[in-house]
Amino acid sequence: MEPSEQKAVRGVGHSVRRVEDDRFIVGRGNYLDDVKLPRMLHMAIVRSPLAHATIESIDISEAMALEGVVAVVTGKDLEAHKLAWMPTLSGDTQAVLATDKVRFQGQEVAAVIAESPYVAADAAELVEIEYEPLDIFVDPYKALENTETIIRSDKEGQADNVAYEWEAGDKAKTDQLFAEADHVVKLHTHYPRSHPAPLETCGCVADVNGATGKATIYLTSQAPHAHRTLFALVAGLPEQNIRVISPDVGGGFGNKVPIYPGYVVATAASLLLDAPVKWVESRSENLMSTGFARDYHMDGELALTSDGTITAMRCHITSDHGAFFADAQPTKFRAGLVHICTGSYDMQAAHITAKGAYTNKAPGGVAYRCSFRVTEASYIIERLVQNAAYELGMSPVEIRRKNFIKKEQFPYTSCTGFIYDSGDYDASLDKALEMLGYDEIMAERDAARAEGRLMGVGIATFTEVVGAGNSKEYDIAGLKMFDSAELRVHPTGKAILKLGVQTQGQGHETTFAQIVANELGIPPEDIAVGHGDTDNTPYGLGTYASRSTPTGGAATAVIARKLRDKAKKIAAHLLEASEGDLEWDSNKFVVKGTDKSVSIQDCAFAAYTNPPDGEEPGLEGVHYYDPPNMTYPFGAYAVVVEVDPETGEWEVKRMVAVDDCGVRINPMVVDGQIHGGLTEGYAMASMQYIHYDDDGNCVGGNFIDYLIPTAVETPKFELGETVTPSPHHPIGAKGVGESATVGSPAAYVNAVLDALQPLGVKNLEMPVTSGRVWEAIQAAKAAAE
Amino acid sequence: MEVTITVNGRTHTKSVEPRMLLVHFLREELGLTGTHIGCDSSHCGACTVLVDGTPLKSCTYLAVMANGRSVETVEGLKQGGKLHVIQEEFKEQHGLQCGYCTPGMMLVGKALLEENPNPTDDEVRFAISGNICRCTGYMNIVKSIQAAGKRMQAESADAAE
Ligand code: FES
Ligand code: FES
Repeated sequence: MEPSEQKAVRGVGHSVRRVEDDRFIVGRGNYLDDVKLPRMLHMAIVRSPLAHATIESIDISEAMALEGVVAVVTGKDLEAHKLAWMPTLSGDTQAVLATDKVRFQGQEVAAVIAESPYVAADAAELVEIEYEPLDIFVDPYKALENTETIIRSDKEGQADNVAYEWEAGDKAKTDQLFAEADHVVKLHTHYPRSHPAPLETCGCVADVNGATGKATIYLTSQAPHAHRTLFALVAGLPEQNIRVISPDVGGGFGNKVPIYPGYVVATAASLLLDAPVKWVESRSENLMSTGFARDYHMDGELALTSDGTITAMRCHITSDHGAFFADAQPTKFRAGLVHICTGSYDMQAAHITAKGAYTNKAPGGVAYRCSFRVTEASYIIERLVQNAAYELGMSPVEIRRKNFIKKEQFPYTSCTGFIYDSGDYDASLDKALEMLGYDEIMAERDAARAEGRLMGVGIATFTEVVGAGNSKEYDIAGLKMFDSAELRVHPTGKAILKLGVQTQGQGHETTFAQIVANELGIPPEDIAVGHGDTDNTPYGLGTYASRSTPTGGAATAVIARKLRDKAKKIAAHLLEASEGDLEWDSNKFVVKGTDKSVSIQDCAFAAYTNPPDGEEPGLEGVHYYDPPNMTYPFGAYAVVVEVDPETGEWEVKRMVAVDDCGVRINPMVVDGQIHGGLTEGYAMASMQYIHYDDDGNCVGGNFIDYLIPTAVETPKFELGETVTPSPHHPIGAKGVGESATVGSPAAYVNAVLDALQPLGVKNLEMPVTSGRVWEAIQAAKAAAE
Repeated sequence: MEVTITVNGRTHTKSVEPRMLLVHFLREELGLTGTHIGCDSSHCGACTVLVDGTPLKSCTYLAVMANGRSVETVEGLKQGGKLHVIQEEFKEQHGLQCGYCTPGMMLVGKALLEENPNPTDDEVRFAISGNICRCTGYMNIVKSIQAAGKRMQAESADAAE
């Protein structure tokens, strides 16, 4: 064979332009709503207008009479097939279509299947439902106190509105340290209910083939394999007959992790009607009924010595889950990983308790661009540390430096049991302050203050925990949190990589090819990356919690290395040398001390045309990677704001973000992820809010009431980096998709509070709207008079 | 009702329900699924197309209103097998992630550049303020549009020489 032509191999560390873009920029993406099958029917869901009410009657006759309507499905119909309820990913149950009563506004009550989406929508209006209103609980504290009105009356033995109770840490030791403390800092704050609101809403096309029994379900899914297994369990379909295809996904951010009632109803309808059924939710349905995030009421406390050393932390959480506990939390961790709330600081003990409440609101609690509640954890500690600095008369920089876990302390075991893999918090803060020009900015702030202007500087130095599992500790609904990669190198030296994880814009088709390129020397453009189709990819838990690179990326590197080991045997055979005499040089094996070499492509060709005696032919393999530990990305963010004292409006003047996510596979993609995360952090800090009035009406159920930043409001970001590789990840990478959403809200809020500090304003709740700031200014002025 | 609409240079005559939205006409009748739907209140811009050269939200516009007009969608950007500069620059500057907002963003960008080939950062931001992106944080979208403007100017200067 002719020696192959070597292209430059652009592996890890190169800003390779994304291959997926080629279809998106010409409008040839294939999103869920683009899936169109012959004889396809369309489904619309009838939803409850009330937050809590018994269902007295449902009359479908008028809807059925409309031309083009094929079927109307109610909870009673599903009950007959034992499908009226389904399990959630947090071990609770959720109504598919309500049978007894509705528990939140927007709950699914019936579904209409028709020949066109217009007719389905018309008929949904014609379904007549009579309700008898019940007492409504929108405040989790009130719901928890109450034992008369049981929202989850369906659950046997449920005598209150408690969804779960959970605790972590060492109570006795924490109490003792608090008793001995020179100073205690307290903060009660609400991390408001938010919604990931990916630009593409959720939906499915269920195609159950009556002839073959094969159910092909196109699904906006961040976790297609887990969803296939749950479909098998819920619908009783044999798993080999279920194929979940998650096509191009228009953003996920945690919203596309749960299974939604619409998916189940559409699948049941397809089975019963022997026709494909499409359901695509509207934006209002998305915001009112699918996975919201946060809604954590937190009481945080820090114990300190008089010199500013943090000795202990307490955090009590009241978590509002709405009508069903429909998070997707690892089984052992009902409140997710919120016990990472000791953050970047070395302290002796912590005690965290969480109590989940059922309320008459939409279900969820999903990790919105977040690794299982690490966002809430990061927010409380970064707010508390800033308050501690003010109360002790220290600078927010000084108190952080004093308490940081030091570089030499890694791997560091935190008092709540996490083993931080690597970090250099001082370096990251140094870099951020240098980029900001901290001293000059502080002088500018003080000068502005002297003129009566409200300028503020806010800092947040966060630590995340991402990349679940290890599988010993972490599972979702019993499924262990490993992930997988299958690599097939073809005779011509081109390859296909199949992943258990799934992309929603992160660029896996490019970046995972770069990992293979790095390990195997095959150029990324010669590697096709497949994902999102359960018939054609190895099993995996999916993409969320920044786990793709830590788990799927690791699996990719390991399988590439295994194939390289095999290729070495082939190379030895081709070069008539012993394996020990061969050296790997980015894309070829060289006989040490000579210029004799064979490329990886030569080895691939020989694997199929000239395998060594006794060696299994082919160059393919699959690896399941069970990470030994999580990874701990970190960073330092600094925000400068100016507040208008007359209107309460605040403007971000500077936003400096230094991220350390270990080794960067594709720096361009990493920066893009950070831009997006910083924007969503800003959105939560400033505007995004799903609010409910006392009657349980959702205020925030469309893009008129639920505010999303446009390009005009979004700050301009200045990015910096430090690189502290993960010691246990095969290529030292840590995951970055969520860092900025996790770390930045506290930086923005701390900045506004810093601006208002001269007025004595101590707390502001997110979203920090101009109205809230204005009220705080007025209250502070009134108090001063 | 019968409508005649020119889409990406091709004229289509179809009978449609009077209430059919232009976005559904494009997606369902013509199979041009590059125009997306992201909301139900005219706020997201995922459905943006150019009608007689002006950006317009096709989810809030009836197909019958487009009768006799000329519509350009993302599928019309590539001409004679060659990508439009704005498409190339979105890829080059990493102006997209999930790609869902991208068709609308590129069309708004193209319309802006036709009026103002050298927009400032703030001018681009204002122009795309009717289009939401949940992934990119907009910075690279702004860069993409500006870079396309620069190249278009350079190319027309070359052509003039
Ligand atoms: S679909 Fe959102 S503006 Fe048209
Ligand atoms: S790239 Fe995903 S919404 Fe813009």
